[in-house]
Order: sequence, then structure tokens, then C-alpha cells
Amino acid sequence: MSMQVENRSRVLREHFGIAPDPGQYVIALAGNPNVGKSTVFNALTGLRQHTGNWPGKTVDNAQGTFTYRKKPFLLVDLPGTYSILAHTVEEQVARDFICFGQPDATLVVLDATCLERNLNLALQTMEITPNIVVCVNLMDEARKKNIRIDIPALEKELGVPVVAAAARNGEGLETLRETLYQVSSGARVGRPRQLVYSPEVEAAVQQLLPNIQRLVDHKLSPRWIALRLLDGDTAFINSISRHLDLQLALEGLQEVAAI
Amino acid sequence: MSGIVKPMTTLADVCAEADIIRLNSNNTLGDKIVADIYANAEQIVGKSVTQKAQGKSTWDARLDDVLTSRLFGYPIMLALLSAVFWITIEGANVPSGMLADAFFVFQDQLTEWFQLAGAPDWLHGVLVLGLYRGLAWVISVMLPPMAIFFPLFTLLEDLGYLPRVAFNMDNMFKKSKACGKQALTMCMGFGCNAAGVVACRIIDSPRERLIAILTNNFVPCNGRFPTLIAIATIFIGGAAATGLSSLTVSLAMTATVLLGIAVTFAVSWSLSHTILKGEPSSLVLELPPYRLPQIGAVIYRSLIDRTLFVLKRAIIMAAPAGAITWILGNVYIGDMSIIGHLASWLQPLGYAIGLDGFILLAFILGLPANEIVVPILLMCYLSSGYMLEFESLEELRSILVANGWTWLTAVNTMLFCLLHWPCTTTLLTAYKESGSGKWTFLSFLIPTVIAFAVCFAVAQTARGLGLA
Repeated sequence: MSMQVENRSRVLREHFGIAPDPGQYVIALAGNPNVGKSTVFNALTGLRQHTGNWPGKTVDNAQGTFTYRKKPFLLVDLPGTYSILAHTVEEQVARDFICFGQPDATLVVLDATCLERNLNLALQTMEITPNIVVCVNLMDEARKKNIRIDIPALEKELGVPVVAAAARNGEGLETLRETLYQVSSGARVGRPRQLVYSPEVEAAVQQLLPNIQRLVDHKLSPRWIALRLLDGDTAFINSISRHLDLQLALEGLQEVAAI
Repeated sequence: MSGIVKPMTTLADVCAEADIIRLNSNNTLGDKIVADIYANAEQIVGKSVTQKAQGKSTWDARLDDVLTSRLFGYPIMLALLSAVFWITIEGANVPSGMLADAFFVFQDQLTEWFQLAGAPDWLHGVLVLGLYRGLAWVISVMLPPMAIFFPLFTLLEDLGYLPRVAFNMDNMFKKSKACGKQALTMCMGFGCNAAGVVACRIIDSPRERLIAILTNNFVPCNGRFPTLIAIATIFIGGAAATGLSSLTVSLAMTATVLLGIAVTFAVSWSLSHTILKGEPSSLVLELPPYRLPQIGAVIYRSLIDRTLFVLKRAIIMAAPAGAITWILGNVYIGDMSIIGHLASWLQPLGYAIGLDGFILLAFILGLPANEIVVPILLMCYLSSGYMLEFESLEELRSILVANGWTWLTAVNTMLFCLLHWPCTTTLLTAYKESGSGKWTFLSFLIPTVIAFAVCFAVAQTARGLGLA
């Protein structure tokens, strides 16, 4: 267990330039552009923020901290993207962090007024990690437009915690902190909905699965890797070989240490 | 820690296996996966969201269904483009004539003043017949079409139509393995190719950005529109039945633009399969809501930002070019002016591609700015003997016909104008954006080769068939 923690902090430091304190929960913050992601970030962290760039990228990176129930949290603001299929540098940064940075929880902020389009990002994230909290923001705007969202039903459909919020007015923030705490500490484990693909895609995935399962660490969903390979996502293949390299190197170190 | 046993070779194996499946399915799995995710989202929303009284957003959606439909998308685009040209051509005739009249009345006045002041003939030649007349031509031919075309284009932009154009064209770009955002950079290119090249920054993939930079020139910029419109009006509109001439000219202009777009796709496709190989990346395009344009802002942006900007550039370039052309045309070496020598030297090449030596010379001298090609051409013709007062397009026609223009010359001049090398501003911008002399040279070479090849083919075919 301690080895795993060490591994992770090393990946975070070397690949993402992020150095959490020991015992600090790392939370990734994802969302489409213009959904009030920054408002949520500011509301949770206040002025305890630090901004910079992602290592080697011209993409802004903001980190902030907060404490809840005497537990320290590090909130990492990912670039605003519509998807994490890595078609742009921003999407690649967001995807790599959720995928390889192994945050304790990933918070996906959605716009309540156009939930269907926003769900795309949440569903993609759910395929990578079960440790996810969905925040449906801009509930006040939705009410103005007469859009009614049945949060319990949504939660049941998604299989992960869903929090309704209007971050501008501070609505829902307390519940959000509590939910983040529960998911990060492992007190609440989501069972994300398994996406239904068309038979053709499903058959191709099944064909690839056995080999992928032999290849990768169980922390990465083999199913998801299969989908990315079928998508022909070369950026992802580069990322994954880089990270596999690193993990192999770390394993070697551990073996040496064990001897 | 367990599970990571197999080394890298296995990853490569799995990738190879995935590639085979992907290619067997014609590379459609990626699109299917995205479509499936959205189908899931739709289902989830169906179970958890209710919405009362949507109001406005439904007509937005209906309009989008029509404007971006497979059936109507392209026809509507073409119809709008033709309509914009039609309004421009129909509307520009009268003010063009009035401006020309005013300018040439003033030219006579200027000549009188020069004679009163006892100025030498050469000074009158350089300043009035060269510089002033060049300027007068640029302004009277270019200003009215620009003052109509740009506001119309800005209006479409403000209404929110351009993102729909990008949406419609995305599929075509994907087929030529380029980025759908290229449609937006092409729209910018209609204003100015240099601006279009700068706009290529919005394309993330370096490969696709280079393709967009190298092909932007095939969209006729506003410096070339007046030339195209003038020639089309004279030779194509003149040939059509009265009453239908504006319509014919706008259709000819639409066809010209379509040809430019077709060449863009062909070149993008060729580049993607040769020196810039690769798969196209996809883009997320948010279709903004339709808005009522703010008329004041439209007029300000199109007149001040675009029309006056272009006009200023044309004047700055045309004034010295006019003076230089006059000098070249009136300094004699042996029994011919310098222009005469240059043109007769270029004549064989010009003739082979359906132009003549003077036209080719005008395009070469027009390298700093495409706006001045027609003024230079006229000055070349006029300085070599003909002294006609040109007050309207009809008289422009007689000058051109007197210099041996046929319909074939007109068609080839339009083709050459559409396809030839970019102006120096665009080349400089391409150099800044690509940061490489090699790509800049290619952005000069590709259009040049295509322009010569197409004009040569058209000219030889027409002559071979005995059509001209």
C-alpha cells in the first residue's frame, strides 16, 4: 500500500508538476467550458490558490486547497473541455491527469441548462474511474428556464453521487464538500453505469480485452483502453506507453529495494 | 502491485490488432463510439429531466435542422452566396459609374490646373495620368462592391450563419483529411488571405494548420473580388441577354468561388496523402444561438474595419505603382517603352496560358497587392498608345477588346486571378505563422503551378477545339 502511494506521488510530481502533502486528498475538477467550473473552484478553495502551467504545455493549471472535517484537500482545476478523447492539448491534459494521476476523486461540473450535451464528459470520465462526483451546476438558471432535473433519478441512472448546485449563490456547496469527502475517503463507492455500445463496437472490444487485461495494471479500465485503441487515438497510445514505462521502472526499483 | 508483466512489445501487438479491427470497419468505430455515448446521454436525460415550455429554442433547432440538413445545407449555402453576389453586382453598378464620372471630371480640372501652372508634360504624366488615374480606378471600381459585399458578409456572420457553414463543410474536410475549422479560416480568407492565414491558429494540429495555411489563397480575397466582378460583368454579363446579366454574373462568380473551394479540397487531399500525411482530428463546434444583428455594429465593422482598411492598402500600393507604371510605359529604350519590352518578353508564356504579356506583367507587378492588377493593366494598355477616356465598364470593355481580349482571355484572367500566387502580405504572414521558409515557398509555388497548369489546359483545349 505505501509503495502504491509513493508511486502515485512520484507520477503526480514528475508528469503533472503536482506535489500533494502526505495524507492530502487529490481531487480533479473537470467540466465543459462556461459551466461555472471556476466558480465552483473559487467557492471551494477561496484564496488558497496557486496557478501555473502543466509541465511542457502551454495550458494553464490552477491548484487550490481546502480543509473539510479536518482533512486537507488539493483541488486541481483541469482545462475546460467538451470531451476527454484527446483531440486537443487541453483534452489530452485533462484525460492524462484523470487517467494516470489517479486522483482520489474526480469532480465533473455540468451545466443544468444543457445537461444532455454535458453528460458526454461525465460518461467518458466514468469509464476511466469509479471515484467520481457529478455536480449539476447552474440550477438557478435551469429553474428560470423551467427545466426540472430529478437528481435522485439522475444519480440512479449514473450510479455515482450527484449534487445539485448553484455555485454563484453558494447553493449546494456544503453537500458537495461532504460528498467529495465521502468519495475520497472511500466511505462511498460509486458503481458507474456501464455504457451501452452498439453491437459492432462491443464485439471489437471483446476481441481486444483478453490481451489488454494481460498487459495493464488493473487500475486502468481495460475496456476503456480497448475503446481508445479502436478510436485510433495515437496521443493516448503515446501517453500509455510513457506511463507503462514509468511504472515498469518503478517496479524495477522496488525489486532492487526488496533484494 | 501485480499485472504489469508483459513489456512494450505486447502493447505494440495490441495496437496492431486494434488497428486491423479499426481499418476493417472503415475507420468508423471512433464515430460510432461518440454517437453511442451521446445515445446513452440522451437516454439518461430522458429519464431524469423534464422541461416545460421551451419557447424560442425550438425555432432555433428547426432552423438548424434545415440549414444544416444533408439535403438543403449545400443548396442554401450556394443560394445565399449567389444572392450576396447578385446584390453586390446589381447595387455596385450605379455608384461605380457615378464615382468614375466625378473622378474624371476632376481629372480634366487637374489637367487644366497643370497647364495653367505651366508644369512640364512629364510631371503631368506621372502625377495625373499615372498616379491620379490609378487611384481613381481603384476607388471607383473597388469601393462600391466592397461597401456592399462586406456589410452583407458581416450580416451573415452576425446572424450566426458561419458556424453552420463550418458544420456543413466539416464532412468534406474530413474526407480530404483536413480539419473542419479550415472552413472558418476560409471564411476569413474571403476578407483577406493574410487574415485567413493568421486565423489558422485556431487549428490545433500542426499538420492541419499547415494545410489550411497553404490552401487559404484559393479563396478569392477582397483584393481579387473587384477584378473578378469587373471582368465577369464585362465579358460574361455582356454576353447574356439583357435583364439576366446580373444574374449570370452572380452565377459566374459563385462558380468561380466554388472552383476555388474545389481546388482547396483537392490540394488539401493531395497534401494529406503526400508531404503532410496523417489522420484528421475532429472538432467540437458549438452552434451559437441565432441573433438579430446590430445594424450599427455591422456597418461600422464592415465599413471601417474592412472596406476602409482594404481601400487604404490599395491606395498606398496603387499610388506608387501607378506612377512607376507610367514611367515604365513612357521611358523608351530603342523604339519601345520598358513595359513594351517586358510585355513582349512575357508574351509567349502569356499567350500559352491564354493571357497576354501585359496581363502576366500586371499580375507580376501586382505581387504587393492584388488590388492593383487591373489598374496596372489599364495603365500598361493606355500608356502603349491608346488614350481613351474610360467612364464606365462599357468603355473598359472597349479598351480590353481593342487590346485583343476575347472571352477566352477573360476566362483565363479570372482563373489566373483566382488561383495565382498570394500577395506579399499573405506570404509574409505565412512565413510568420509557419516559421519556415520552406512552407512559405510552397505556399507560393503550389498556387503558381496550379494557376499556370489550369490556364494552360483551358487555353490549349479551347484553341484546339477551335472555340477561340
